[in-house]
Amino acid sequence: MSRHNNNEFVAPLKIAKGHGSAHEGAGHWLQQKITALAQIPLVLWLIYSIVGLQGASYAEFTAWMGQPLNSILMIILISSVMLHAKLGAQVVVEDYISCGCLKMVKLIGMKIFFYGMAVACIFSVLKIAFIAGV
Amino acid sequence: MSEAKIQRPLSPHLQVYKLPLTALMSISHRITGAGLIMGTLLVTAFLVAAASGEAQYDYVMGLATTMPGKIVLFLWSAGLYFHMCNGIRHMFWDIGKNFKKAGAHRSNYYVLLGAFTLTVLTWVTVCGRLAG
Repeated sequence: MSRHNNNEFVAPLKIAKGHGSAHEGAGHWLQQKITALAQIPLVLWLIYSIVGLQGASYAEFTAWMGQPLNSILMIILISSVMLHAKLGAQVVVEDYISCGCLKMVKLIGMKIFFYGMAVACIFSVLKIAFIAGV
Repeated sequence: MSEAKIQRPLSPHLQVYKLPLTALMSISHRITGAGLIMGTLLVTAFLVAAASGEAQYDYVMGLATTMPGKIVLFLWSAGLYFHMCNGIRHMFWDIGKNFKKAGAHRSNYYVLLGAFTLTVLTWVTVCGRLAG
């Protein structure tokens, strides 16, 4: 047991890391909570904005999106929502799909799906915002 | 040995177990969550359409104002508010508040009342703007 000679320099975290049944500790939970908390004001802001934009013409809508504050908040909201949705969907898959092989396919597929949607949304927001200013 | 086996509590089998409101709220949180994922698809479709041009934007806005479109929007808002209010309750649970049976039961009604109020408030505003 000579490797234990260095123990006074090794934090307990180093020994515990990667050995739990959950493999990643509270990271998943914490991300879910932080995104949820961020989304409370952002979602209320978005609904308020949508109600205000009811029946808006294309010009009115793009002008709204062209406001830096609106496009910035939209991008933050989209990023948060897609991560929150990915984490939530992951739990559902982990709970209900017992076949290990299929599970990996679904988990990887979900990442591609949600990150792909996030890219599509963010690109669209930016394009609308940049065009609106011209 | 067999005596101990009999004494063991049974897990609540869904076929024979009358779900308490707390359990219904729990599964509703997951169902609305899954529904809101469908909602993110609609948001993506809307934003991509709006980024594609005026014709595509007008087409999507036209869909949103049809009766099925309005029903989807209403259910979407109700599901979103429920998921949000129940999510806030989850945060209170995380800090150990209302975790006992009575508190959990009472907060069922706070969540339902909150979601109901926000949904009604939103749609009253929408209808008010339509009329005004």
